[in-house]
This record gives sequence, C-alpha cells and structure tokens, in this order.
Amino acid sequence: MNAKWMIGTALTASLATLVLPVQAVESKLDAKTIEIVKRDFQDKGIAKADRVNQDALQALCSKYGNKPPLELKHKIEKQQQAAIKWPADDKYMGDWKAGEKLAQSGRGMTWSDKAEDPAGGNCYNCHQLSAKEIAYGTIGPSLLHFGVKQGNDLDSQRYVYGRLYNAKADNACNNMPRFGHMKILTEAQIKDLVALLLDPESPVNK
Amino acid sequence: MNTKIILLLALAANGAAIAAETEVSDSDRIAQYREMISDGNPADFDEMRGEELWKTAAGPKMATLEKCDLGKGAGVVKGAYAELPRFFKDTGRVQDLESRLLTCMSTLQGLNTEEITAQPFATEKKPSDISSLTTYVTGQSKGIKMAVSVKHPKEKEAYEIGRRIFNYRAGPYDFACSTCHGASNQRIRMQDLPNLKVQKDAQGAYISWPAYRVSQGLTRSFQWRLNDCFRQQRFPEPKFASEATVDLTMYLAVSANGAAFAGPGLKR
Repeated sequence: MNAKWMIGTALTASLATLVLPVQAVESKLDAKTIEIVKRDFQDKGIAKADRVNQDALQALCSKYGNKPPLELKHKIEKQQQAAIKWPADDKYMGDWKAGEKLAQSGRGMTWSDKAEDPAGGNCYNCHQLSAKEIAYGTIGPSLLHFGVKQGNDLDSQRYVYGRLYNAKADNACNNMPRFGHMKILTEAQIKDLVALLLDPESPVNK
Repeated sequence: MNTKIILLLALAANGAAIAAETEVSDSDRIAQYREMISDGNPADFDEMRGEELWKTAAGPKMATLEKCDLGKGAGVVKGAYAELPRFFKDTGRVQDLESRLLTCMSTLQGLNTEEITAQPFATEKKPSDISSLTTYVTGQSKGIKMAVSVKHPKEKEAYEIGRRIFNYRAGPYDFACSTCHGASNQRIRMQDLPNLKVQKDAQGAYISWPAYRVSQGLTRSFQWRLNDCFRQQRFPEPKFASEATVDLTMYLAVSANGAAFAGPGLKR
C-alpha cells in the first residue's frame, strides 16, 4: 500500500463523513417541510386540504428546484406523454372564438370560485396572444402569430393539443399548468384553444 | 363625508383623467395615488385603532397588551417588527408578529385564540382586532432597518423550511410561490411581479406590508398577503399564523434584511 493511496483513502473517508451529514440534514428538512405543509393547510370552499399532496412530477420538480437530473426528467416526461388522452375522433381544431373567451378568463379552481363556475384558460395571464389585447402577462413566451410561424397541418395541431393537455410532457418542470391532465379544461375546450393558436382566422394570426 | 369616501372620489376622478392617457402604467398610477394622499394614509386610522386596542384592558383577565414581549422585552414595541420573526424561549418556537400577538392575547388577556384565528382578516362589515394590532405594531418600526436573525438553530431551520415552502409545487396548476416570484421582470396581465429570490425585489415587497388596499378599502397584513397568494396559487387555505406561514415569512423577511421598514404602506 503506497502513501499516496493511503492519503487518498483517508481523504475520501473524511469527505464522506462531511458530506453524508449534510445530505441527512437536507432530507430531514425536506421531510419536515412536507409534514408541516400537510398539517397547516385546511379545506376552504372547493380547495380541499389534500391539494398539497404532490404527485411524482411536482415532488421531483420541487426537490431539484425545477432542474432534476436528466435521467429522471426524461423518465417522468415519458410517463406524462403516455398519459395524454388524445381525441377519439382524431380532430384537434375547435372554435377560435370560444378559445379567445377561454384565453381571457383567469377564473377557476381557487377557493373563491364555485364548483359550477367553468374554469378559464388563464392564457393572457402569462402570454401575449391577439395583438388587440395589450393586457398580457410575460411569464410565458409571446404567442402572437404562433399559427403563422408553426403552420396548421395535422402534426402541428396534434403538437399543440398535446402541449395544452400536458405541457410537462415536453419539459417536466416548466411553469405551465397541465390543462387536460389535471382536468382543468375539457377536450372540447382544449380544441378551442388549439384553434385560437392555429386557425388562420384567429386574431392570434392576424 | 368620511375619509374613505373622499379618497374614493378623488381616486375615481384621477382614474377618469388617467383613462384619457392609456400609456400611464399601473405603477405610475400608484405613485400618483401616493402623491395625492402624501399627508395621510388611510392605514393611519387602522394604526390608531390598533394602538387603542393595545392600551385597553380586555379579555377575561381584563388586561392590556402593554406587557406583551414582542422580542425586545416586555412592552417594547418600537423596532420590534424589524426583528420578527424570531425564536421565543417561553413558547419554544419561532413566531411572526401575528402568532406572537396570539400568544400575548391568550396569556395576558385570557382570550380564546381559536376564535381569533377562525376569522382573522377584516371585512367591509367587520374590522379585525389582530389585524389592527398588527398595523399598530408594524408602524412602530417605520424607518428602522430590517434585521431578522437566523442565529438560533430554530430560526435557521424556519428559514430553511420557508425556502422549501416557497419552492413547493402542488395543486391543480402545479404552482409554487416561485412560479410567479422566481424570475425577474415578469408580470401577470399588467401586474408587475417582484422576484423574491433577488434581494432588491424582496426588500421592496416585504417592507411595504401591511398596506391599505385602495381596491378593498381595508388595511391588509402580511399574513393576509400570504393567504391571498395561496388562493391564487390554487392551494387550500394556510391556517392563520401557522408554522408554515411563519417559516415562509421568515424566509421572506430575512431576504429583506438591510432595508428600512416602510409600512404601513398603500397599494392599488
């Protein structure tokens, strides 16, 4: 056994004793956070306390600050992709006018909303869409002229439908809600939003 | 005519004038409101109400809150808020202002805190004592630099858990606090969003609460601010002054350290 090797082993051992407790503290804090969150939120209106329970994707993204290791990221994206429920009629474009109304509405699923109130798409909260609407948010990218750039063949329609149904299937930890996967919007409503984005007559493409 | 009506009339007139020039941003309008009422914020009335409550004997024990220890010794109100949340030996936990007020209302006055936390926020019909007390106590830190400690292990732990709650994604929309407040120069519709991971934004946001909300005609506390954020996040309701809210407050308050406290403020 040479001296260099011995020093190397000793260093590794001492590093291990340093690193392991840090990890132990971190995971103890993670566990305590979940315990506190589960205890300290309560039902209010339609927002029930069990909403704080994370699914696998939410837990993964929270744990890694939205930057999970690639292997885990790709694995969960595949699972999300596989869970997309595609329209049985293989049609993806609805009515852009209904889509514009949905895009304008920021309502839905808060404890001050009622169960019977239909949820909106919340689109303008985060995206620029029609040039006419100047009160748009900037958390997501601008979608002005999206259909002009993307084209509206069947592949594009399927892509946009899938993206709206589950935006996490392409990018596990992005900010956009999973409108189909989480049953926020119906199949017909998602089709109306596809039309808003891709129909040449939609104000998004004017 | 009361002050609130005068203020609303003035704002309505101002709004009409502004409607003509649509290029004025929301933040410019708020600056205009501030200028208009620079000699008096309606939150002053809530602050006075809170001071009255602080000094008036109440509860089964018919005691005032003047012996309440907010961290700087029994009865010291000046500068107390600038050092909250903090660890309190007598309760063995980290407390923010509201949870500490609950302790004092219970131990000194013998009040039932469950009744207080069941309806902690003011409504148009009914003012909230704990909210007014908060406005009073925070007002006594105006101009004082935020200096929240994480030296005690429990304070450090509260900060760490608060940071995790800030990044905790859940609910039907997968939102965390950080979804809207984790990047710079973003807005929802026309509303600018502070990036609470950046010191300058975090300071500006934290030191401006409590605030009189012109749109609601009520003075709102930081606990209320968190509560309404979670509503929009599509979460269930955080229990008032619970550990989750105190830890989150700890994380945000520490991020504001070094800035002179500016509340009670005024917002749209």
